[in-house]
Amino acid sequence: MGGDSKYLGYLYVAPYVAGLLLFTAFPFAASFYLSFTDYDLLSTPKWTGLDNYTKLFTRDRTFDRSLTVTLLYVFMTVPVKLAFALLVAVILNYRLKAINFFRTAYYVPSILGGSIAIAVLWRYIFAEAGLVNMIIGIFGLEPVNWFGDPSNALITITLLRCWQFGSAMVIFLAALQSVDKSLYEAASIDGANQWHLFRYITLPLITPVIFFNLIMQTVQAFQEFNGPYIITQGGPLKSTYLLPLYIYDKAFKSFDMGYASAIAWVLFAIIMVLTLIAFWSSKKWVYYAGDKRS
Amino acid sequence: MTASFDLNPRRLVEPGEPATAMEIKLRRRSRLSSGIRYGVLLVFGLIMLYPLIWLIGASFKTNAEIFASPSFWPENPTLSGYIKGWETSTPYTFGRFFWNTFLIITPKVIGTAISCTLVAYGFARFDFPGKKILFATVIATLLLPNVVTRIPQYLLFRDIGWLDSFLPLWVPSAVAGDAFFVFMLIQFLRAIPRDMEEAARVDGANTLQTLVYIVVPLLMPAIISVCLFQFMWTMNDFLGPLIYISSVEKYPVSLALKLSIDTTEAFDWNQILAMSVLALAPSLAVFFLAQKYFIEGISTGGVKG
Repeated sequence: MGGDSKYLGYLYVAPYVAGLLLFTAFPFAASFYLSFTDYDLLSTPKWTGLDNYTKLFTRDRTFDRSLTVTLLYVFMTVPVKLAFALLVAVILNYRLKAINFFRTAYYVPSILGGSIAIAVLWRYIFAEAGLVNMIIGIFGLEPVNWFGDPSNALITITLLRCWQFGSAMVIFLAALQSVDKSLYEAASIDGANQWHLFRYITLPLITPVIFFNLIMQTVQAFQEFNGPYIITQGGPLKSTYLLPLYIYDKAFKSFDMGYASAIAWVLFAIIMVLTLIAFWSSKKWVYYAGDKRS
Repeated sequence: MTASFDLNPRRLVEPGEPATAMEIKLRRRSRLSSGIRYGVLLVFGLIMLYPLIWLIGASFKTNAEIFASPSFWPENPTLSGYIKGWETSTPYTFGRFFWNTFLIITPKVIGTAISCTLVAYGFARFDFPGKKILFATVIATLLLPNVVTRIPQYLLFRDIGWLDSFLPLWVPSAVAGDAFFVFMLIQFLRAIPRDMEEAARVDGANTLQTLVYIVVPLLMPAIISVCLFQFMWTMNDFLGPLIYISSVEKYPVSLALKLSIDTTEAFDWNQILAMSVLALAPSLAVFFLAQKYFIEGISTGGVKG
């Protein structure tokens, strides 16, 4: 503001700067350093150059498995979750009287979904004698071994995340509601049908929000921990052993801090590369209307 | 929105003209399609929420009944799951674990609200050298996976003697460490006109007084959203306590629940389900009391979760 010293703003952002340096920037740099060391918490970190990374990519079969499972998990959950969120948001956006009621109902799983209690619940409903098998039994289907079978376990964990599509849906819904209605009227006078309206008006206008949701959901999916940790402990046969579980085990069970840091950096690199690809490609498909964007 | 065309077929014809066969057909079609929409939403919503409904019902069932039928309704309702589950297999009751959670949440929520408001105000209302770079770090932190910083943070807290205390769980948040909240408040602040603040400055208020007396009241709905999200995420947080808390007497609810799975799952299912219901209850209550703040917060700042 006028008259004030140009340094006055620092006073207000000071807590953030202190926190940034101490709890983010310093740990960020330190973890990069640690990834080139051998460190068991007892002695001082010992520089080993690229050893951790060489071992990861050439001799560590658990890492191969864990990386594959993580990529599968992310590429299964993110598109399904976003598609669900968008579909339900579009349906809700028709002027239904009960829109608030449904929005709330669909949002509840997102609010609770990350908690341990829900992971516990998942164990019960997908147990051998659990709710899901009892229900499909009514329709005469054979019970499914959801957690015991390596080919099903990852899908069960995936369902837990897809179930929480509500937060992405609320963001989509807010974007849909801000689309200028007169565009639809003009187009429908010109003879556009509902699919045309959605495909050529709605979809381009909400691409910024699709982009935002895509990035956030991807970054979060790569970090999933609670679900597999509680529900399957990474098993069976490591079929749900996501990288965050592997990092946790290496760091806080085997106290192999250097190696765990190296895995964390590989995970970080993957997320960063995907984010950069998304940002780079966004120029081609994300549409920013010059005005009304904050 | 597109339904507005269906619902107002009159718009297509001259005002005052009697309804044509075309119009009647359109109206019928719109009633039918909105009926289908309601049906789909209802069935799908029921499938989504049934696990939660079942959980609440099952927590009042006897152990024998839990895996006996898919119905949520307890045939022989019992409170034994709650009573025995509350006792736990440790020397402490769940009351202790809820108290621990409270001791983490309170400073974390208050610290987050104050620090994030100050910082967002600094970013949204002042120009200072290096602001652009600093703001870029807010966005970068938003996208930075915690997994990268977790190990050195642990080492840091170990070196300053904070392990097995609540401090690592709330202090980083109390210095505006959750970039998401800073970002969300900045978005809200940008939408608030500055006229009143400028008038207050002309009348001789300093920037802090302007913040406290003018900005904070206007920003209150957003600050409440921040508090609610932080409350919810802290209730749900598991990995933080898992890494930092080692003595059972300091366990928050999430860790205690994990402990009761490990100790009693083989036989006393209803205790675990009952304690799961209690663990979810605060979040559910807060959500239903204040859902408009959640929806506004998430729609303005985008959100994780």
